[in-house]
Amino acid sequence: MLSLLVFLPAVAAALLLLPGVSDRWARWCFVGVTALETALVVAMWVGYESPGSGELAYAQQRPWIPGIGASYHVGLDGLSLPLVAMTCVIFAACAVFALAESSRPRQQAVLFLALMTTCLGLFAAADLVLFFVFFDLSIVGMYLSINGWGHGERRRSALMFFLYTFLGSLALLLGFVGLYVASAPHTFDMVALAADPPLQGSGTTGVAVLGAVLLGLAVKTPTVPFHTWLPPAHTDAPAIGSAVLAGVMLKMGTYGFVRIAMPMFPDAWRDWAPVLIVVGIVSVLWGALVALAQTDLKRMIAYTSVNHMGYILIGLGAAGLLGDGSAATDEARRTAISGAVTQMVSHGLLTGALFLLAGVVWARHQDYGLDRYGGLASKAPQFATLFVLAALGSLGLPGLSGFVAELQIFAGGIATAPVVAVALLGILLMTAVMLRAVQSLLTGPVDGLSSDFTDVRTREWVPVAGLLALSVLIGLAPSFLLDVIEPAAQSVAALVGR
Amino acid sequence: MSAAVSSGTVLLPAIVIGPALVGALLVLVRTRLVATTAGWVGVVTVGLAAVASVIPAAGGATASTDFMLGAELGVTTFGPAAVILPVILAVAALVLLAATATPETRAARFTGLMLLFTAAAALTVLATSLPTLLLGWEVMGAASYALIGYRYVDPHRVGSGATAFLTTRTADLGLYLATAAALAGGTDLSLSSLASIEGGWRDVAAAGILVAALGKAAQLPFSFWLARAMDGPSPVSALLHSAAMVALGGYLLLQVSPLLAATGWADDAAAWTGAATALVLGAVALAQRDLKQLLAASTAAQLGFVVLAAGVGATSAGTAHLAAHAAVKALLFLAAGAWLEALGSKRLSTLTGAARRWPAVGLLTAVALLSLAGMPPLALWATKDAVLAGALEHSLALYVVGLLGSAMAAGYAVKALVILVSHQPDVAPHLDEEEPGTREISPRVTLALLPLGLGAVTLGLLAWPSVLESLPGDAPLAPAAWELVASTAVVVVVGALVASLVPGPSGADGRQRGVGARLVSWLHSWLGLEALITAVVVRPVLRAADAAARLDDRVLARGVGLAAAVALRLAAATARLDDGFLARGVDRISTGTLQAAHTTARGDAGLSATVSGVALSARRAGRLVRRSSASGQLHLYYLQLVAGVLLTAVVLTVILLVGSPR
Repeated sequence: MLSLLVFLPAVAAALLLLPGVSDRWARWCFVGVTALETALVVAMWVGYESPGSGELAYAQQRPWIPGIGASYHVGLDGLSLPLVAMTCVIFAACAVFALAESSRPRQQAVLFLALMTTCLGLFAAADLVLFFVFFDLSIVGMYLSINGWGHGERRRSALMFFLYTFLGSLALLLGFVGLYVASAPHTFDMVALAADPPLQGSGTTGVAVLGAVLLGLAVKTPTVPFHTWLPPAHTDAPAIGSAVLAGVMLKMGTYGFVRIAMPMFPDAWRDWAPVLIVVGIVSVLWGALVALAQTDLKRMIAYTSVNHMGYILIGLGAAGLLGDGSAATDEARRTAISGAVTQMVSHGLLTGALFLLAGVVWARHQDYGLDRYGGLASKAPQFATLFVLAALGSLGLPGLSGFVAELQIFAGGIATAPVVAVALLGILLMTAVMLRAVQSLLTGPVDGLSSDFTDVRTREWVPVAGLLALSVLIGLAPSFLLDVIEPAAQSVAALVGR
Repeated sequence: MSAAVSSGTVLLPAIVIGPALVGALLVLVRTRLVATTAGWVGVVTVGLAAVASVIPAAGGATASTDFMLGAELGVTTFGPAAVILPVILAVAALVLLAATATPETRAARFTGLMLLFTAAAALTVLATSLPTLLLGWEVMGAASYALIGYRYVDPHRVGSGATAFLTTRTADLGLYLATAAALAGGTDLSLSSLASIEGGWRDVAAAGILVAALGKAAQLPFSFWLARAMDGPSPVSALLHSAAMVALGGYLLLQVSPLLAATGWADDAAAWTGAATALVLGAVALAQRDLKQLLAASTAAQLGFVVLAAGVGATSAGTAHLAAHAAVKALLFLAAGAWLEALGSKRLSTLTGAARRWPAVGLLTAVALLSLAGMPPLALWATKDAVLAGALEHSLALYVVGLLGSAMAAGYAVKALVILVSHQPDVAPHLDEEEPGTREISPRVTLALLPLGLGAVTLGLLAWPSVLESLPGDAPLAPAAWELVASTAVVVVVGALVASLVPGPSGADGRQRGVGARLVSWLHSWLGLEALITAVVVRPVLRAADAAARLDDRVLARGVGLAAAVALRLAAATARLDDGFLARGVDRISTGTLQAAHTTARGDAGLSATVSGVALSARRAGRLVRRSSASGQLHLYYLQLVAGVLLTAVVLTVILLVGSPR
């Protein structure tokens, strides 16, 4: 069933390539397949039972490249299931949003369906080679999306995105090879590597190999100072490209931390933890501060991603500080990990919504300048309502998913490393960032380009409202999500504590 | 009893969820039906909630569901909520009733936001755990942003909303800190368990909650946001700054009073901050020339008494004061709003004699102002003296500062009263200064003021010793006869003094000259706190943001570009090396082969054709290599590949040599 979920979009993409498929068909096929995927993942969620530590639900393993100990191994647990579900939801939202795409809609549907397979495959992968293949294929897919459907300096931004993240992936590969070489018998199987971390107790070797993995993931996440590819990539990407890039693909980096780096390098992770916490705090403050100074809506949202990814790093880094090993500390570490995973889901929903709304702005006037608009609240009240809700979610207001994530990260993080309290200022800065955006776009007299701004159309508000509704659901009744995440967070905390 | 408890358990969540759902619908749904009925839908919804709240409040009820961090999303009426919940809902219903008198404030968006705000305030009051508290607390803050900046076309008003939201959210970070402390302290994050945390985390929790509450309650040094908050429509001020929002800052401290006491320092910090705010903001109120600004400063000052009560452990007295103040202040803000709408200004000079022109509203306002002044036997007289009795139990100095604070209260209340009941001038100054006045006050407003006036008179009964004992929390000793005499004397003397000093309508704008002028203008500007924060915090942060953005663009991003340029240059150099050395080498080899072929050809003509063919193709291959090396890109990738392979090889060697693979 999991393989069906992963490869159905790719099969659909291949079918769409057949000659004679009309644009209209392609658009609705994109919507239909993503909707079906969402239904499938809901069914899998309902049937999901938390597997024991070190095991996977819906697991499937077939020989692939036996010579190097790589197999086709997929499965889900509390870390991957929420991200797989979020991926389906975001692609479905993008599909609906893309219903009005006029530029080569068939090719775009093919590209995004193929991209969906790479994203789902990455989160489902339980083998490092499989993980890496999906990791790099997704980079290619996003490159094509920005290059083919972007605007502005799209070629330059796409190339920069490609080279930067591709080089990052080489560092990641280096780390994977290091793991492989050190394992005995040699294997790329993630379950086996987590069960018996090959570089445990190897001192500087483990620290160095983890360093390569961290570098690769930090570029992808991205964290300060490896984030400079993100703003141009987002600014010039099409709306749905940005939504997928920020909503899903940034999570490949953060997911790698919790899926690969933490369980497979427990003692090295603990050595790196202080560095990660500092990088996280710097990312939180830097991302929010730079966002505050932006005059371009999309660049601003891109920098808020740096801020939000920083929270994740803080939570995961704090989980590497064992402290006195007391029950309260253990609970704090679990909480921090659970918050980090919640943040991955939450950021996907909220940033997806924000980027789609930015796409609405672009569709009207091909201009992201915050100061070029004003008073949209009266011209486009529905747009304003959605934007305010997404902004409130992004600034971590309780009642939306961001709060559930951030309170867990801060409660767990501060309890293990009091210095994390410094990052609370990030919440404040984000409040200022979002209020500023709301004020320059929505309030004041109708001004500049706002005068003929038409309100959101059905295919625009439906996907955004869907994403926000899920965020509110998580914000008010998070149990359904936390019940899935918490056992996995607990087992990661235990693995790191080895 | 058990029947009451069970029905209360059902009703209690409904009291929060009902207004929240209706409010969300009113904000989101835009149909004609909603637009025309919104105002009354709001009144009925909150009215029903207010009536329903009596059952769980009287019987005591608790309800909860799973939330996060292992804590529950829980509500309970055990504790001061039993008094405060019905008060908030009743005030909200009356404010919404008065709001229906004006088209702007019976609109769907306004009513919806008020309902969301009310639901959040109710949740804040009822919360049993820190995450639940944060949910109500911060949603309340966000709703206040939307309400204060309700007239979003005016950037200044929106800015006022943002000031309120940002200031209170700064303080709210304390609650995040307190949550972390509660987690680290091994508690279940319930509010009642905080006092039992051991060691340093208890201090962190207390400090965090104290800061959050002082921010919301507009105590020093956070008071300035309240001045800007007056830019909202009058019903907003009437709800936010009487029963909810500001009041809930004081309420939270009443609730965690045991935690404050357990630390040994937080209780004193709260008590002194409260007393200082009562005194200083009382002086600020006295210096105002605008009725709403006077009332706003007075709200901060009156909340000072509640915070003082929480600090000295006189929590039931604090609860009584909170309830009585809610009725008094809601009435006064609604009256101020009604006059603003009728006369187009809220300047005291414009309002001279307004009480005579509208006698019903005037009479109710006069009663409320006398209550605010602390005149016996009205409500705030009794409750404030109960608080002061608690302060005296604690320390004489606190009592004296508190008494001075009540002198200020007498001063500003009497000042407003004297101006309102003076004879009207022939031509009122500044008429229609802010908006065109209607010269009318709707009977609905008067209707809404009536119950509030009743509360302003009678809620002092809450401070009656036997009633006070029965309220949740700790009751202080009843004030001694001399204390009552002293406080009454203060009110009468100060009141008489102010009444004799208040200048006529022209001077009510207060253009003082001379020695006290600078003091008065400092007080009038709310101690210049906002300007100070703007200069010390806001501007530097914005400058830092600009600097960070420049650094990001010019250094970090350019660094990557630089690295790319270096790589390209390296590639070009390699290409030259390639052209100059490798390709030439290939050329030479092919030339050499050719020569060899020629030599051989001389010797063996039969093989010559084959050999020269090989030589030719070798030369062609050499040209091909040279041609393709002309493009830099290929070399870049070539270089990357080589570097990657080398790096892999090095790392693998290191691992194999240094590491200890099993």
